[in-house]
Amino acid sequence: MTLIATFWGTLLDILPIAAIIFGFQYLVIRKRVKRLPQVLVGFFMVWVGLSFFLVGLEQALFPMGELMATQLTNSEFLPSVAEGAQRHWSDYYWVYIFAFTIGATTTIAEPSLIAVSIKAGEISGGTINPLMLRIAVALGMAFGITLGTWRIVMGWPLQWFVFAAYLLVIVQTLRSPRAIIPLAFDSGGVTTSTITVPIIAALGLGLASQIPGRSPVMDGFGMIALACLFPIITVMGYAQIAQWRATRQRLAPDITPSRSTLLGKGDHDAL
Amino acid sequence: MDLLVSLARQLKDSLRDIAPVVLVMAFFQLVVIRQPLPDSLAVLDLLLGLVCVVIGLTLFIKGLELGLFPLGEGLARAFVKKGSITWLLLFAFALGVGSTVAEPALIAIAARAAEVVAQGGLISDTSTAQSNFAFALRLVVALSVGTAVVVGVVRIFKGWPLHLIIIGGYVLVLLLTLLAPAEMIGIAYDSGGVTTSTITVPLVTALGVGLASSIKGRSPMLDGFGLIALASVMPIIFVLLFGIVGIHLIPGVAP
Repeated sequence: MTLIATFWGTLLDILPIAAIIFGFQYLVIRKRVKRLPQVLVGFFMVWVGLSFFLVGLEQALFPMGELMATQLTNSEFLPSVAEGAQRHWSDYYWVYIFAFTIGATTTIAEPSLIAVSIKAGEISGGTINPLMLRIAVALGMAFGITLGTWRIVMGWPLQWFVFAAYLLVIVQTLRSPRAIIPLAFDSGGVTTSTITVPIIAALGLGLASQIPGRSPVMDGFGMIALACLFPIITVMGYAQIAQWRATRQRLAPDITPSRSTLLGKGDHDAL
Repeated sequence: MDLLVSLARQLKDSLRDIAPVVLVMAFFQLVVIRQPLPDSLAVLDLLLGLVCVVIGLTLFIKGLELGLFPLGEGLARAFVKKGSITWLLLFAFALGVGSTVAEPALIAIAARAAEVVAQGGLISDTSTAQSNFAFALRLVVALSVGTAVVVGVVRIFKGWPLHLIIIGGYVLVLLLTLLAPAEMIGIAYDSGGVTTSTITVPLVTALGVGLASSIKGRSPMLDGFGLIALASVMPIIFVLLFGIVGIHLIPGVAP
């Protein structure tokens, strides 16, 4: 039953887009699509693939993630405290480790991030390694989520964190290679599409309902806002490191000429 | 035959992409939590689910490369060749609106948002008022994504630097946050995240890259990306504005 419902749901998701694309293709452009059978097979695979992916998530990853999120934030699991004493924020260390590792690993498996990284690798002519880009995004995501859980535990207002992150983004923007900036900003929006959000929301919900004085409605979304900002920072950081290494290698005397021209092209603008 | 070989290669990549999540979950379950799984979660079901995830991811990525990417880029090139910017902007708007308005995550969030707002007393606590509000919110978000894609396409044509637009957007978000009713702030920030669905992202990326590589003087790297970034800031601005002004304009929801 869920299988049919999911297939139907993704079909409703794809159909309007397909209608717009093919409508404009045939009514406005009025040219035949190149390799139409291949494109249609591609659309079909996207539909079936996305449906299977979502069914699998519902079946395995979401229930596991939610179960573990509630178990880790359960007061029975945490180290015991004296009657009436306040818990120290460090008591939740397993929650932080879980937030970081699950944030990083789910981001690696995020389909839309894979899609963007394939495109980025293609048009950068190999100066951007798709896997490295995804790892940079995953680290940023993981850091943002961990900071988000810590904020819930501390109860500090979200605005402080968001403003500080904005400030960091602006400073980074002024200092990074210009060509990476659009990709970096894009990777902030890409990360929150399919896998990560439900698991993270469950973690935030579990944490916020365990700690007195936190509201689950207000604190659940705060993690997503932070998780969107930190990938921007780490992707720009990745570009800065790549640029710095390229410059250093170019300056090294014992490098082969063919390689140095390649790297020389690869810094400022091509990156 | 080629298709099968490339599918097999993609399958290997998908296994590599999914393995870390599974390892982390297994580690926490076996080493840290050490509690038996509840009856509702059978190990066999979990394994079956994982197989679905891997197969689904493989087909999806391969399908993107065969279908969505070439079609999106081909369309972008055809629009540039045709030289009709009006049609292109209309297409961009339709794509943004069309891919968002039926998005399941948005429908879910809009319904939840209506409850929160009704509890907060911003709209009257009846089911008609709530469903009107939810529908209006969905329209606002869809329009905002359409606008974002249009702004992004104009930016690619003009070669405006993205970061100035985005930072301007951030400043606007900060200012509007100060003015908006508290219940709407969370909803607004959330709606920025849900608009970028798994199908929209690849398609919009292909459109941007295709445009930037077929317009003279634009670099795909510098100008092709950025549509997604706009599509995740614009809804926040629109929904905050909606919370300040628009909410009073929907018929039949006033408390």
